[in-house]
Amino acid sequence: MSFFGFKGGVHPPELKAAAGKAIETVPPPQTAVIPLAQSLGKPAKAAVAKKDAVLRGQLIGEAQGMVSANVHSSISGTVKDVGPARGPLGTFVECVFIESDGKDQAAEFKGADLNALSPQEVIDRIKAAGLVGMGGATFPTHVKLAPPPGKKIDTLIINGCECEPCLTADHRLMVEKADDVMAGAAIFRKALGVARAIVGVEDNKPDAAEALSKSASRHGVEVAVLHVKYPQGAEKQLIKALLNREVPSGGLPMDVGAVVQNVATAKAARDAVVEGRPLYERVLTLGGGAAQGNRNFLVRIGTPFSEVVKFAGGTKGDAMKIVSGGPMMGLAQATLDLPVTKGTSGILLLTERETGPQRMFPCLRCGKCYDACPMGLRPALISRCVEKRRFDELEGLDVLDCIECGCCAYECPANRRIVQNVKRGKAEIAKIRRKRKEKEDKAKAEAAKPKA
Amino acid sequence: MPEENKDTTAKEAPAAPASGRKPLFSASPHITSDETVPKIMWTVAAACAPALFVGVYFFGPAAALVTGVCVASALATEWAATRFFLGRKETTITDGSAAVTGILLAFCLPSSVPLWQAAVGAAIAVFIGKTVFGGLGCNIFNPALIGRAVMLAAWPAAVSGAAFLEKTASGALSLPSAVARVPNFVDAMTQATPLAAIKEGKFDASACPSWHDLNNLFIGRCGGCLGETSALAILVGGIWLLFRKIITWHIPVVYIGTVFVLTLAAKAPDAFKQQSMEPVLYMLQWSLFHVLAGGLFLGAFFMATDMVTSPMTGAGKIVFAAGAGALVVLIRFLGGYPEGVCYSILMMNMVVPLIDRFIKPRKFGTAGGPK
Repeated sequence: MSFFGFKGGVHPPELKAAAGKAIETVPPPQTAVIPLAQSLGKPAKAAVAKKDAVLRGQLIGEAQGMVSANVHSSISGTVKDVGPARGPLGTFVECVFIESDGKDQAAEFKGADLNALSPQEVIDRIKAAGLVGMGGATFPTHVKLAPPPGKKIDTLIINGCECEPCLTADHRLMVEKADDVMAGAAIFRKALGVARAIVGVEDNKPDAAEALSKSASRHGVEVAVLHVKYPQGAEKQLIKALLNREVPSGGLPMDVGAVVQNVATAKAARDAVVEGRPLYERVLTLGGGAAQGNRNFLVRIGTPFSEVVKFAGGTKGDAMKIVSGGPMMGLAQATLDLPVTKGTSGILLLTERETGPQRMFPCLRCGKCYDACPMGLRPALISRCVEKRRFDELEGLDVLDCIECGCCAYECPANRRIVQNVKRGKAEIAKIRRKRKEKEDKAKAEAAKPKA
Repeated sequence: MPEENKDTTAKEAPAAPASGRKPLFSASPHITSDETVPKIMWTVAAACAPALFVGVYFFGPAAALVTGVCVASALATEWAATRFFLGRKETTITDGSAAVTGILLAFCLPSSVPLWQAAVGAAIAVFIGKTVFGGLGCNIFNPALIGRAVMLAAWPAAVSGAAFLEKTASGALSLPSAVARVPNFVDAMTQATPLAAIKEGKFDASACPSWHDLNNLFIGRCGGCLGETSALAILVGGIWLLFRKIITWHIPVVYIGTVFVLTLAAKAPDAFKQQSMEPVLYMLQWSLFHVLAGGLFLGAFFMATDMVTSPMTGAGKIVFAAGAGALVVLIRFLGGYPEGVCYSILMMNMVVPLIDRFIKPRKFGTAGGPK
């Protein structure tokens, strides 16, 4: 099928050394450290206490409120502790420590026939399984599947772009589990009650596109091959590329009738609905020049990064940077002592050469960031405003529209820390708005007083 | 207990690299393109090489000497100014921007210019043109053109007179002779450039540059400043810069295009009055003459495209270049100077902040796009 493309974007080196490597299984860890906050929104509440015996796949964290996701044990054993540990953001978060009993005994999973389920039952199963967006954003999946009544959804998009360099986890999943991914797409389609489902794959993964095409007709899902460009896997850009619809500024994909789900999430949905198996493991890529071989691993949630690296044979020379996620949008980490979570699409040990020149120069106003920005923003100006602490001007520069894809900073010849400044700018805007609201509330309260 | 031991070794093994260096902890993206500011600047400097070779070929070693003096003076000024005026510890001469300023200033000087004047000009270009604004990236005017404008005011005879290739024959110049002098590599003489010859009213309305003249102008076989005469050599460097994505097509194409179109229009009345040749050819040849003569190519590929002093967006660049092109034609046809490239760019530099304020990229998700 044809596609429409999107403005801006960059072509970073692909670095996909693990593209041809089959998914290997990392043995379950001795101690799993499972954060209770593995999704956007509220952290889950611990459903187990110290010394409780748990089975693999047993619920250990209960979702709290609307936007939140269940958390399950990834191994069988005993709860050693419930307390703080370093989480995926590098900060200390509440985690459940589970000591393995070595048996890896699974809880009872109840499978189901998709045809016998109503859309609401499908969503309930997905919710129970604790599914979140596995591309990295970790937005609870069931929330996306239940749009508010006013929103009419007509298309489901399955995101198989994996436009981030280095990462090949989704690629391998599409090649090896194409039918499961397509089955997952069909499940989402049923949950949403839409007619059309498209899987978007970039043309640097012809084997994945071919594998998907084979089961496309069986599940009634289209496969669209897109020209490689980063950030094609960003929701808004993918919708534009496939449907030529622009999500309005400040809006969500559902505002243009689309819902986007990652391929790994689709596979997890199939496991959850068909097998009744919750999300307690995921495929990730170990990448970067400082890792001993770049490979794809099926890893239990809660396995420390260090064990994955050790399983792969350790490090090779010094890592300039440790990154969880992809090199464009992932998070730098100070240590390997943190657990794999539902959103960990990769563990990268980048060398000095891969990270590129670091020295900062003054902005040349070259305009490369303007051209690279897929959101049509003015990164150089935003960055300068933050550097000069002119925070009050930031709202006018649409900082909140920034998706932090990093194209601007990637292209910047002066190595300005544009994304860092954007993050800072967003925080400053939040501060300004909070203050403004406080002031307004105060004024309102005072205006109300004399009347009363 | 044994499990705990296992746990700690697993944690420590890869987390403590041999050198003990801590991993870099900074915001995404974690990879960057290989492009850096020094790379850009030195590439621009290298792209000037063809024009310099042609300059040395036609104007002799003096061309190289003037360029060398300008670069040396620019670098020395950059070093001293950032150190003592801006108070920065790290030297900025390695970033290449001062060297580029020196080269470009030299390119718009005749090879006969006194060397001390060239040195002073380069120092002014760097200090007044750039450092006083806060250094690289902060200046609003093209530094090299500031240097040239100051020199034009201070030593008009030495700067505006072109280095010429041959002693002029006495008597009135005809246009062909002004353009097509065969080099004999004797000492460069101060003489009129083709544009100056026109300004001085040496031709009547029926005169028109021939294809032979245009060919000479294209190659650079004519009087003028040492780096600006050869459109061919500048084109070679300019295309390389385009290919390297250091400049975009907007400014060169629109700038030169505007001059071409406006000259066509300006020459139309004469074209239909004169009887000696086809009006269309007459207009075309004059337009090509104005495109190739003087410093338009140098300005269009190397000066107006200066990143710091040109607009950020493509549309902004088009407005900027169209304005500069119109100013060139205005100055050449109606103004007091024979050549308008320098002032046209400086004047448009002034409105760049304004252009950038009003011409913005279209934000994703706003209006326009089909639902």
